[in-house]
Amino acid sequence: MKILTGNDLKTGAVIWWTGVGWSLDVNDAADVAEDGAAIVAREEGVQNVFAAYVIDGVRSDEGVRPAHIKERIRALGPTVRPDLTLKPSDPDAINWVI
Amino acid sequence: MYKYDEYDQEMVDTRVAEFRDQVRRRISGELTEDQFRPLRLQNGLYLQLHAYMLRVAVPYGTLNSAQMKVLGDIADKYDRGYGHFTTRQNIQYNWIKLEETPDLLAELAAVEMHAIQTSGNCIRNISSDQYAGAAADEIVDPRPYAELLRQWSSFHPEFLTLPRKFKIAVIASEKDRAAMKLHDIGIKMVRNDAGEIGAQFYVGGGMGRTPMIAPMIREFVPLDQLITYSEACLRVYNRYGRRDNKYKARIKILVHELGKDEYTRQVEEEFAHLLTLPIEPPLAELERIKTHFVEPAFDAGASDELDLSDPDFRLWVERNTHAHKQAGYVIATVSLKPVGGIPGDASADQIRLMAQLAKDYSFDELRVTHAQNIVFPHVRKADLYTLWQALDAAELGTANLDTVGDIIACPGLDYCSLANARSIPVAQKISQRFGSAEKQAELGELKLKISGCINACGHHHAGHIGILGVDRKGVENYQLLLGGSEGADTSLGQITGPGFDEDGIVNAVEKATNVYLSNKQGEERFLDTYRRIGMAPFKEAIYG
Repeated sequence: MKILTGNDLKTGAVIWWTGVGWSLDVNDAADVAEDGAAIVAREEGVQNVFAAYVIDGVRSDEGVRPAHIKERIRALGPTVRPDLTLKPSDPDAINWVI
Repeated sequence: MYKYDEYDQEMVDTRVAEFRDQVRRRISGELTEDQFRPLRLQNGLYLQLHAYMLRVAVPYGTLNSAQMKVLGDIADKYDRGYGHFTTRQNIQYNWIKLEETPDLLAELAAVEMHAIQTSGNCIRNISSDQYAGAAADEIVDPRPYAELLRQWSSFHPEFLTLPRKFKIAVIASEKDRAAMKLHDIGIKMVRNDAGEIGAQFYVGGGMGRTPMIAPMIREFVPLDQLITYSEACLRVYNRYGRRDNKYKARIKILVHELGKDEYTRQVEEEFAHLLTLPIEPPLAELERIKTHFVEPAFDAGASDELDLSDPDFRLWVERNTHAHKQAGYVIATVSLKPVGGIPGDASADQIRLMAQLAKDYSFDELRVTHAQNIVFPHVRKADLYTLWQALDAAELGTANLDTVGDIIACPGLDYCSLANARSIPVAQKISQRFGSAEKQAELGELKLKISGCINACGHHHAGHIGILGVDRKGVENYQLLLGGSEGADTSLGQITGPGFDEDGIVNAVEKATNVYLSNKQGEERFLDTYRRIGMAPFKEAIYG
């Protein structure tokens, strides 16, 4: 699947295109197929998001995961600070990064 | 330390106001990201892997207590409760919000700090010896010269769009504690046969994908020509440095391609021209700056006695203190490398504690080191035990300076958008593997440095043991290097062979240290043994 990511303009937070808006949780990411470029052009035009780009992702029983390790770390947070990740209450969350 | 005059303060305040307006226009949509990006970078605001990252300049690594306290407060108020001290003697915050950045910068400006020229193709923060003004072995305090260079290079209109970023270090002792020869310009303050102080220039060093040791191009530049000669070095680079290829744009490539002699000839020619203008600030300005770096009011009768009956304190004193030029005082280094910790990270509470302790016990001064530690430069021996107890209670009392546990590591793939592999987990595993005091004592001085990509922010080329993280088809892989040094005996590490996974690289480090222990003669350090016996025995042990 193709998933679309970017950063929130005001906070810099990593965000994911859900099909209707943006989410902080990669599990909400939608498959944008071939529409990524058009969504980027539209969304950056309304100034909510910047530095948007399309990446490869995989959907499994566990949720949506970026294909490359760099993007998985970007989606979760620093592996060395579980308390600052997307799932701070889940100490095993880093297992899906590595 | 240097105090801003009205011009310094006005420049910084004006920049904050200007950036506040730029942020407003970006958020309102008046500026696109393409228009805004160079503006935020000029103010030290990057976009990193998870969020905006702000890099705050700490000129030549020197801070006062009030500044350090504000750095701690900022970590709480604008970040997530911690900061990361870097190999450029700066501090970085990893979770900054764009909309809050102008207020943050205003709080920095209120204590004479900023983030200007911590990014972009300009002259970056000037670095120096963290023991400046305190070390027994320095011929002069290098900081006034670093400050003069800071003022010259700040907002210098000709050098704000260089072919590539530009880093300068200034030292003033034989023992190089600032990796001076691995800078674009390394300046060593020296004394000539007539007893005069001047500057020795080394140009064209650097790490990154093409590491090079800077050759000396001038043995002695008189103090009243320091800026003019620096200007000549930059002018030749600015004119002929390659702008067509980012990877060949640093001055080291120009010096290498022209050759040291031809580059020097061109600099001397430009220098002769510049002397006719003239552009050198009057020596009175240097003298004015020097008045900000007068020695603290040391207690001339301070005792040299130290009660070392507490074994943990004794170990810390042996490892983490350094001779001071003033009897009865020592230089104390706080290791930001607890066993299993994240190199260079400190919590807001720890930062504020160090600020208070510097106020109480170190004449209000602290230093950030390029090895990502913090220095109390002037501690009375009579206060040292009290200081250590307070540090130790806050998990800042680790006794491992310059040992295998005192690892330099870049943020790596956990934070950096340029990285190919994580550095910090490797540092943590090595720190734990070699964490015991006995093991560190057995291995002695051993500088281990880890970078998460070829850009070498973790100085892996200069480690006695260096580790470089690479991306091998989407999997983290780590190359091992041996034999690097950033000291007066600067050398570049050599790659041992094929890389390893995360556990494999830790095992490889252990095998390398075992070779050292088996072959060590007398008081040899790891580096000395490596230089004597060469790479072959290490390769055999690691890959055999």
